Amino acid sequence: IREKMWGILRQRGIDGGGLSLRRTRSALVSARSYAAGSKEMTVRDALNSAIDEEMSADPKVFVMGEEVGQYQGAYKITKGLLEKYGPERVYDTPITEAGFTGIGVGAAYAGLKPVVEFMTFNFSMQAIDHIINSAAKSNYMSAGQINVPIVFRGPNGAAAGVGAQHSQCYAAWYASVPGLKVLAPYSAEDARGLLKAAIRDPDPVVFLENELLYGESFPISEEALDSSFCLPIGKAKIEREGKDVTIVTFSKMVGFALKAAEKLAEEGISAEVINLRSIRPLDRETINASVRKTSRLVTVEEGFPQHGVCAEICASVVEESFSYLDAPVERIAGADVPMPYAANLERLALPQVEDIVRAAKRACYRSK
Amino acid sequence: MAMWFARSRNLVSSLRQNLGLSAILIKRNHSSPRPVFTNYELSSKVFLDPSTSFRHESTAVESQPDLVQQSDHEDDAQELDFPGGKVGYTSEMKFIPESSSRRIPCYRVLNEHGKIISDSDFIPVSEKLAVRMYEQMATLQVMDHIFYEAQRQGRISFYLTSVGEEAINIASAAALSPEDVVLPQYREPGVLLWRGFTLEEFANQCFGNKADYGKGRQMPIHYGSNQHNYFTVSSPIATQLPQAAGVGYALKMEKKNACAVTFIGDGGTSEGDFHAGLNFAAVMEAPVVFICRNNGWAISTHISEQFRSDGIVVKGQAYGIRSIRVDGNDALAVYSAVRSAREMAVTEQRPVLIEAMTYRVGHHSTSDDSTKYREADEIQYWKMSRNPVNRFKKWVQDNGWWSEEDESKLRSSTRKQLLQAIQAAEKWEKQPLTELFNDVYDVKTKNLEEQEVGLKALVEKQPQDYPTGFHI
Repeated sequence: IREKMWGILRQRGIDGGGLSLRRTRSALVSARSYAAGSKEMTVRDALNSAIDEEMSADPKVFVMGEEVGQYQGAYKITKGLLEKYGPERVYDTPITEAGFTGIGVGAAYAGLKPVVEFMTFNFSMQAIDHIINSAAKSNYMSAGQINVPIVFRGPNGAAAGVGAQHSQCYAAWYASVPGLKVLAPYSAEDARGLLKAAIRDPDPVVFLENELLYGESFPISEEALDSSFCLPIGKAKIEREGKDVTIVTFSKMVGFALKAAEKLAEEGISAEVINLRSIRPLDRETINASVRKTSRLVTVEEGFPQHGVCAEICASVVEESFSYLDAPVERIAGADVPMPYAANLERLALPQVEDIVRAAKRACYRSK
Repeated sequence: MAMWFARSRNLVSSLRQNLGLSAILIKRNHSSPRPVFTNYELSSKVFLDPSTSFRHESTAVESQPDLVQQSDHEDDAQELDFPGGKVGYTSEMKFIPESSSRRIPCYRVLNEHGKIISDSDFIPVSEKLAVRMYEQMATLQVMDHIFYEAQRQGRISFYLTSVGEEAINIASAAALSPEDVVLPQYREPGVLLWRGFTLEEFANQCFGNKADYGKGRQMPIHYGSNQHNYFTVSSPIATQLPQAAGVGYALKMEKKNACAVTFIGDGGTSEGDFHAGLNFAAVMEAPVVFICRNNGWAISTHISEQFRSDGIVVKGQAYGIRSIRVDGNDALAVYSAVRSAREMAVTEQRPVLIEAMTYRVGHHSTSDDSTKYREADEIQYWKMSRNPVNRFKKWVQDNGWWSEEDESKLRSSTRKQLLQAIQAAEKWEKQPLTELFNDVYDVKTKNLEEQEVGLKALVEKQPQDYPTGFHI
């Protein structure tokens, strides 16, 4: 049944002209475009419902962070939770990332399941010792005696006009650490399924959301709305099937890649778009199987280019599928500069749909 | 979308009391009863130094009548309403001095000759308990000596002694219940020893052999044992402090009759985590006992270069935490203080801070030679004249509970047991290759499984590249 559901969703994605184009939450509009009875959900609501359901199911789960309680969450992800679960389980912390991350880890050591929110992952740098040295390595160093079932979540990467200290992408940094699991949802279904999986997972999970995706609506299946719904960690999703070039990416760039695929289709290039969902563990099988089918690879990320996620994907493909490649691997990343504020400069510093289209075309014509 | 500005509004949104932001001047009726103080009133008057003359007006409950009498005009007898509570008012510009005229005194029960100081407050200790405490202090001394020698002989790569701090180690452990969760720094193996970790288990961890509960993952002295409620020692300094607040919070949520107990040195209190851990524990009202071993030295940094406050005990009040300074080399005082602190933490669900004054007789670790930065005379003095083990021994002997014969029996049998443990641990085989990949995650991920298979195949194919006796 699950395969059918994925098939239906993929269909909808293609028919509807790209999931990212629709901004309206109106059920009527979607009913016109798709089969009757399809629901939509914003990423924000998806995250909120996931946390709510997990807290309801397991009394050990609790939320901690700045502004998560009375303020309803800096981005309203934890809206309504304080009223429902009380201040002991939705805890407003003083301003100390190092402090509350350490406390979250201590609580996890003692058997609770904290969901720690960083207002943005840029602020997680003030707590990074606890994330790496206290959370990631503990199970290994204690030989299995101390496990840390903690989730660190929050917006990651660029937003809009927030400058250098609020725009960095931390996927590459955290995904290089053994002991952590790193997830990056794109759609509402990703958000629900992956966050629920993260909260249930006994290992520490870094959950990288995207501020600009919070308000975006996506169709969501009945299965995904069920409270037992969960997505597997370490499995990428093929958002759009294709045969000429493989485009691999995560988070917001999945939307851009799908738009690029539309544009490429008009020019006769059939692009396969892979949504990583999980940065660590990285689904090398899916990526390599796709490249062996298409023979060309384009990787896209918003973060800094050097030592990025794309570098790892390219290395993996070159190591495992070298003889299948018909063109050099392509890497698109953010500019190698701290993010500027001015809107025009910001736009130049981030990958755009046109960049993805150009790279895919390069990959397709080079074999000549 | 500029949500980060919300951070500055944290003050407003975190208000638990509905107080106006503007200063509201309240005219006080002279015949009315004493003003009601809000949560800033200090409840722990016991720990206020009565000789301090520079207390802030709002906390000086006794001096309020003076204020009333002195004021001729109604304007003077006023309180200001601010977020955080009512605050008294003064027109005298007075700075709180950087230090009190008198240092916070140190709680002690036994004098240097092992005699109980008359009129001491302390919790009596039975013969059985006292003898066990002494035995363990002596065992810790022998253990430290022999493992240190083993490192010097090249048999283990690293060791760290607790010489001079045996009373803190054993007496604090004796005062706790086995359900209390201990988050150590690294100079508290005595707590684990008290709880039942055997000399063989200590040796196995130091050698990182197959019997090590840590599976050879950590450097020596990074002991840890779930069943003894002793969390694995972690190298970064002070990270255990906010973690302890988290553990305390978990115990509180689960309504357990237990508290978190965590240790830190004088140097570790400079870390940011010290501030976060204590502040948080106070705000969360978590049952945590913070024990600071002020032993005078942080590797080569003397406390005069570490902070300018009157030690660590005065910092407790800054966080709203009840605190005490105790003679860390007096086993009875440490026992009483930790026991009382533990009761307070559990029954009142609050953190408590204990500063135990002591001296680090040994080097920081086997990687250090402390004679390079301190006088050999100073070390000798503390080793001989201010030795906590000898001091307690005198008291136990004076009570007729211990003899020289018991002493030599204990020391020789412990020494023998340790030498045997070391010999056995040394010979025991090391962890197999599979342990390289286990426990990174709860369940091994695919890439780790692949790497393990690959490495096994390589070792089998090229055995000459790997040491003899290398186990797969």
